Amino acid sequence: MKKEFSILIGGAAGEGTRMSGQLIGKLLNQYGWCIFIYEDYQSLITGGHNFSIIRASEERISASTKDIDYLIALNQDTLQRHKRRLKKEGLIIYNSDQIKDEKGIGIAALTITTQLGGKPIMKNSSLLGALGKVLGIEWQAIEDLLKREFGAKAELNLKIARAGFDQAKENQKIEKLNQKPLPLITGNEAVALGALKAGLEAYISYPMTPASSILHYLAAVKQDLKNLVVFQPENEIEVINAAIGAAYSGKRAMVGSSGGGFALMVEALSLAGQSETPIVVVESQRPGPATGLPTYTAQGDLLFVLSAGHGDFFRFVVAPGDAEEAFYLTGLAMNMTWKYQLPAIVLIDKEISEDTFNLDESVLEKVEKKEGKFWDKKGEYKRYLDTNDGISPLAFPGETGAIVKTTSYEHDESGITAEEDEGQIKRMQEKRQRKIIGLSREIENLKAVNVFGDKNSEKAIIVFGSNKGIAIELGKELGLRVIQPLIFQPFPEEQMKKALSGVKKIFTIETNASAQLAQFLGCRGIKIESSILKYTGRPFFIEELREELIKKLNLSGPKA
Amino acid sequence: MNKTNLDLPTKNTWCPGCGNFGILQAIKNAISILEQKGVKKENFVLTTGIGCHAKIVDYININTFYGLHGRALAAAVGIKIGNPNLKVLTCSGDGDSYNEGISHLVYAAKRNIDLTMMIHNNRNFALTTGQYSATSPRGFKGRSTPEGSQESAFNPLELMLASGATFIARGYAAKIDHLTNLIVQAVEHKGFSFIDILDPCVAWFNTYEDYNKRVYELKDNDFSSKEDAIKRMWEWDYNNGGKIAIGVFYKIEKPAFDQEVNSGIVKIDNIDNKIKEILVKKI
Repeated sequence: MKKEFSILIGGAAGEGTRMSGQLIGKLLNQYGWCIFIYEDYQSLITGGHNFSIIRASEERISASTKDIDYLIALNQDTLQRHKRRLKKEGLIIYNSDQIKDEKGIGIAALTITTQLGGKPIMKNSSLLGALGKVLGIEWQAIEDLLKREFGAKAELNLKIARAGFDQAKENQKIEKLNQKPLPLITGNEAVALGALKAGLEAYISYPMTPASSILHYLAAVKQDLKNLVVFQPENEIEVINAAIGAAYSGKRAMVGSSGGGFALMVEALSLAGQSETPIVVVESQRPGPATGLPTYTAQGDLLFVLSAGHGDFFRFVVAPGDAEEAFYLTGLAMNMTWKYQLPAIVLIDKEISEDTFNLDESVLEKVEKKEGKFWDKKGEYKRYLDTNDGISPLAFPGETGAIVKTTSYEHDESGITAEEDEGQIKRMQEKRQRKIIGLSREIENLKAVNVFGDKNSEKAIIVFGSNKGIAIELGKELGLRVIQPLIFQPFPEEQMKKALSGVKKIFTIETNASAQLAQFLGCRGIKIESSILKYTGRPFFIEELREELIKKLNLSGPKA
Repeated sequence: MNKTNLDLPTKNTWCPGCGNFGILQAIKNAISILEQKGVKKENFVLTTGIGCHAKIVDYININTFYGLHGRALAAAVGIKIGNPNLKVLTCSGDGDSYNEGISHLVYAAKRNIDLTMMIHNNRNFALTTGQYSATSPRGFKGRSTPEGSQESAFNPLELMLASGATFIARGYAAKIDHLTNLIVQAVEHKGFSFIDILDPCVAWFNTYEDYNKRVYELKDNDFSSKEDAIKRMWEWDYNNGGKIAIGVFYKIEKPAFDQEVNSGIVKIDNIDNKIKEILVKKI
């Protein structure tokens, strides 16, 4: 068994547990542990209950366990909700200002903070200090972290943390692992940075959880880099039409939302298809239908996204499974939409968007901005020139000698409405269809399907998106082949065939109620034995999925 | 006038006598005048929604974006933000922007984005064969309201004033020189310029005779006075009788959104290093 442990920190919304979780993650990260942080919160601003699970492992991970080793409780509610998760040898660190008569380590977090002249939110520092002591972490590491994170404001936090540190008792001395710490990043941040690497110039978005933090993050990044426009319009319809407009004027544009906001964009997605305008849409799923569970997760929009938009047109659809893939595939989506002039969709979900992953910086080298095909400035410019590969050279308004006519109507090569000439109509439909041939060929030469676990197993589980991490862990443990398509449209048929070679039974693991991945694969002649589904808004946790897999796949238990 | 070859050899499918012919001519005239004043032809972009108005893109030889119904302005906003050097004109209809896409109209005015919005206001849905629109008079008998519409028209000029538009005008498709002059002024205005154009529809709502009797040109009104503008706007509520003023009602200066949102934006070459710097802080 690999070395690992989990810490759950919880409290009321507004108490700063998320920030605390991030700091705990960084502290352990700097100690050489690989980190994954799961965030759980409700659709409210104060009160309610928020918690983070920080999982530290000697190996790369992107899934959580139900059972925890340490529980940090800011209030009684947290204790009641999560005490049962605590392992036998687990330990509770609690805020003794609010919680009485509990075993474990009580820290009068607010009293300490107030006495030292801090604001209530700083009580988190005392608990961080206490945790550091409990885990046997050197004080210096905590001091370095807080100085780095809080800069000039570190001093008071350091005093408060030290008080917590001094009042706690060491429980175990965790090792300092000899591994280079990798950056800790949310999937939404990775999406933003991947897009920037591929030349993003305009991010246009209307707030909607769990996509909003892309908007916040890019607005913050923009203050520093000043290399892009960040715009929050009146609604999602303006969002996507404006982004298509920006692309028409030559800017690399991206939009982001969740399912409901994306639903409002769908008519214009079809406009991007017909007008052949490049656009990247990030769709971060949450449970529906309708408003559903705004702050939780689901994979219920797969089939919607793959067929979104009226009429015949093609999308480039990718589904990253962690932060690195979010970075790489968003960059790829940007380059592909500009190369093939059809809309690209990055399909993620709340667990990719808001959970925190380690990111191997080598992924930066996998994304370079690639230019589309531009007009050679010879002869008359025709926006929809009928070419062998179906791709018409781009020109933008402002270019001398070019008249750029873009349109939602069926049109001739110059972009003039064409309703009468059936031959013309047929040629344009076929020109657009022809782009798919090149795109389909190109994706077969990219990494479009991942295979993990026991690559020779006759039993395969197929997953996409945020179920990647948990499938890899359990695939290894239970001796299963794990297959993860990264690109859904066009679908990498060849790579999938190879990935499935020798497989006798196939199962899907999905966070939705109708087994959409299994439906999709079924349509492609891939017969799915059975699906393991979860649709409570929460992701799969290791223990529950292990149990279900053993039961459903008739397995004897862990191989390792 | 047409020295810059703004014509296209396409077949025009507007009904003979349609007000849109006058609007097309006025736009061509205005572009020619603006070209003489130094605006390059390649810097004009015209966006439209869907409706009779939108066919104009096929009849004029400049950059055009033929968008979705109601979204003429939505795309125009993105184009102007994408390249603030462009002169962005939008043609839209009453159905297009007073019905379907009204949110974009309110917000474009609110943010004072520097583009020119021209509404071909024929006061009905013409291309879909004559249903009532936001500016059809109460009692309008269209195919969806054979007994007469039960809604009153609203006054788009008042809506624009309330929304924060910095240039509000009304033109008349039959007064081409007057309209040409309004369009030139609107394009030269730094901010959101709005022209509601009275556009008689010979097929479903022929208002030529009515307008010819009632239309008069504004002269010597105080552009900067909201009170004066409201008084003039109230002379006609788009339902019943009254004098109909054409000309500029209101004009003030305010910072333009496209300039502000692009202010200080630069191209950077070393994005790789910048991303690395960001990531180092995340360890």
